[in-house]
Amino acid sequence: MNAPPLLELKGITKRFPGVLALHDVSLAVGQGEVVALIGENGAGKSTLMKILGGVHAADAGTIEFDGRPVTIRNVAEAIALGIGFIHQELNVLDNLDVAGNIFLGREPTWGGGLRLIRRQEMNRLAEPYLRRLGLEVSPRRSLRELSIAQQQMVEIAKALSQNARLLIMDEPTSCLTLSETDRLLAAIKDLRADGVSIIYITHRLGEVQQCADRVVALRDGRNVGSLEGDQIRHDAMVRLMVGRDLQNFYVHPKGAKKPGYFQVRRLRTRAHPRCRISFDAAAGEILGFAGLVGAGRSEMAQAVFGVDTPLEGEVLVEGKPVAIRSPREAMAHGIYLVPEDRRNTGLVTEMTVRENVTLPGLRRYATAGLIRRASEVQVAKRQCATLNVKTPSVEARALNLSGGNQQKLVLAKWLALEPRVLIFDEPTRGIDVGAKAEIYRLMRDLAENGVTLLMISSDMEEVLGVSDRVIVMHEGNIAGILERDQCREEAIMQLAVGKTAESASA
Amino acid sequence: MKKEAGISVLLVVLCAIVAIKNPRFLGAANLENMARLIGMFGIFSIGMGLVIITGGIDLSVGSVFALLGIVLTMMLREWHWFWAVAVLAVIAGTMALGWFHGLLITKARMQPFIVTLCGLLFYRGLARYIAHDETKGFINENFGPLRELATGSVLGLPMPFVLFLVTAVVMWIVLHRSVYGRYLFAVGRNEEAARYSGVNSRAIIASSYVVSGALAGIAGILIAFYTNSISPSTHGNFYELYGIAAAVLGGCSLRGGEGSILGIAIGTALLQVLQNLVNLLGIDSSLNFAVMGAVILIGVLADELLSARRQARKVLVAADAAKARPNPSD
Repeated sequence: MNAPPLLELKGITKRFPGVLALHDVSLAVGQGEVVALIGENGAGKSTLMKILGGVHAADAGTIEFDGRPVTIRNVAEAIALGIGFIHQELNVLDNLDVAGNIFLGREPTWGGGLRLIRRQEMNRLAEPYLRRLGLEVSPRRSLRELSIAQQQMVEIAKALSQNARLLIMDEPTSCLTLSETDRLLAAIKDLRADGVSIIYITHRLGEVQQCADRVVALRDGRNVGSLEGDQIRHDAMVRLMVGRDLQNFYVHPKGAKKPGYFQVRRLRTRAHPRCRISFDAAAGEILGFAGLVGAGRSEMAQAVFGVDTPLEGEVLVEGKPVAIRSPREAMAHGIYLVPEDRRNTGLVTEMTVRENVTLPGLRRYATAGLIRRASEVQVAKRQCATLNVKTPSVEARALNLSGGNQQKLVLAKWLALEPRVLIFDEPTRGIDVGAKAEIYRLMRDLAENGVTLLMISSDMEEVLGVSDRVIVMHEGNIAGILERDQCREEAIMQLAVGKTAESASA
Repeated sequence: MKKEAGISVLLVVLCAIVAIKNPRFLGAANLENMARLIGMFGIFSIGMGLVIITGGIDLSVGSVFALLGIVLTMMLREWHWFWAVAVLAVIAGTMALGWFHGLLITKARMQPFIVTLCGLLFYRGLARYIAHDETKGFINENFGPLRELATGSVLGLPMPFVLFLVTAVVMWIVLHRSVYGRYLFAVGRNEEAARYSGVNSRAIIASSYVVSGALAGIAGILIAFYTNSISPSTHGNFYELYGIAAAVLGGCSLRGGEGSILGIAIGTALLQVLQNLVNLLGIDSSLNFAVMGAVILIGVLADELLSARRQARKVLVAADAAKARPNPSD
């Protein structure tokens, strides 16, 4: 880059009470350059972006945009400068149409003080942005009818309509399917060709390899180096992020397995009424479920746990069929689910740690329907200690815990009972590396104690590193079952995108 | 506990003001009558509180009072039912209505507001139709202990107040000490998460309407005998709003998951003191509702402001605590 950079951060330092979130971070983004920002959770990526969005003010350091020093006090000022934000959680209004979202707050109006909206005009103005992003929907379509990926494109269109010259994308693909991700990456290439600069924050290193001109890694609030061009390789990025080579989490099971302990037969869910799923899992086994988002894995889990009653099918534990029409009945057979969305379904976050731990087995801590507070407290304390849940006290509300501790709390809740089959749906999403390792260790311990573990995961590293076997699902069906020695990223990907087992192993 | 403390202060302050302005406030007759009213309103307000804790609401209570009052007079005076049978039939009836509301809310997934709004209209209309829009009464028959329960006293305390105290104690244990109570709070906070923890969320929600129905039945019978005559178009008008106001003043959140029996009890008392205050301070009785509305508004607003301040302080404390932690939240 010979031209001066579009954005230059120099020596940005940010201190939160007791914590140095960013330490002397410098970063430059050239015109039409795609810079990937990588780093573990807590490395300071979000803080850096919040400084650019004016949410936080830096304690030290300067920001130059287009060669001029600037101060950004709020998001509106950032947008006025030409910085657009695409957040992980979309900020769209699904009750408005596409054009309404793009021009929200900037609607072309007529009628003077009445400020009536020129709908035709607005739709006409929206078209070119949609075309530029290859989004083939009418500006009059309601956002509700669009897929997540399309809604995200609408957000990008909105940023472009505000003349954004720098787009900051925070984990934009976390909710997208593989093909949608490809489309987003293609759109990024087009934007780059048009001279738009992009800061791309992600955990998915494959995408970085595909789209980034340069990679900047943050670790513990410091810029620990960057990679350019063909230096951008998976292993090199991981080394920068963690400062060491990735360890293999996989632990070979020691105990003997009991095959056929848990069986699912011809399970038909509402989401994929034409598909029937059958599989066996052994006691003491961690059975991974890989596949793309929407492949029907979560639906399978919810059917087995009785959240959504299946249309048809049978679940057998130790060869005996069990009737499951509600989570309560699933729990009665020792089948528990650690759901994907721990804040909304895993925990009642506004209740205390104690109340969450004891909720599923509350009757055990009660006499004649009245709760024995002492035994409740005792169980909660014991579970927090065994699972190393970091909380100021068992009376703290669950919502005050960090993601990793919340997930451990969900586990604490189930392990206070006697699990026979434990289903994990994305067990470590949004959890930092340390807590991840702890959860993997717990999973292996449970398996060694004869529990059947089903683990749904979209994190390839996790699927490969934790599972004893992997079931790959595609559009509601089981595309293939891979034994440990067959588990390779390519083999799983092949099956996940719908290739048959034969062609995948060929 | 902080909410209860705040509203208790408000209650004491109001009582003091009224007592100073008009000593009749502390007269035996006035106190007794107020206690009687607190008893009757308190019983169904607790039921309303339960429903609100699950995140629901019951707008039909007032109309149910009119309907049950009319039906009760007919059972006793026209059909000559034995009093205990009539009482059980009425309570079973109000529980059945609650169950029906609960079913519509949990099975048909209708909004509680809509279901019970329709109930408010329907039962009022039904009561007027059955009674041919004429006032019905118990004249001066006693019907076993029924009149005594509504108008009598025991140990100097009005019977309805005693019944209310018993109800409050029982419901306090149910709500704050039992598994069922914990489930009510869990379901009110987050129905989905409760279900994922094996709580039969729908049954719990529906059951709160049944319990509320039972308490409304008891309160309704007392109120019917207290007024002695039931005019189907006005009997029980707005009573659901007294229940809602008492629960909200007492710290129940309309979002669900919050509230306490003690709070509801104090809230009920506060409302009755306000009613009384309008009379005793010589305020034009047409301003009755205006006074109540203003005080509830101020009370809830003050509580919001205070809890916002508490929250801000808590954030500061949390920030201090974060110093101990090595990693920032990203």
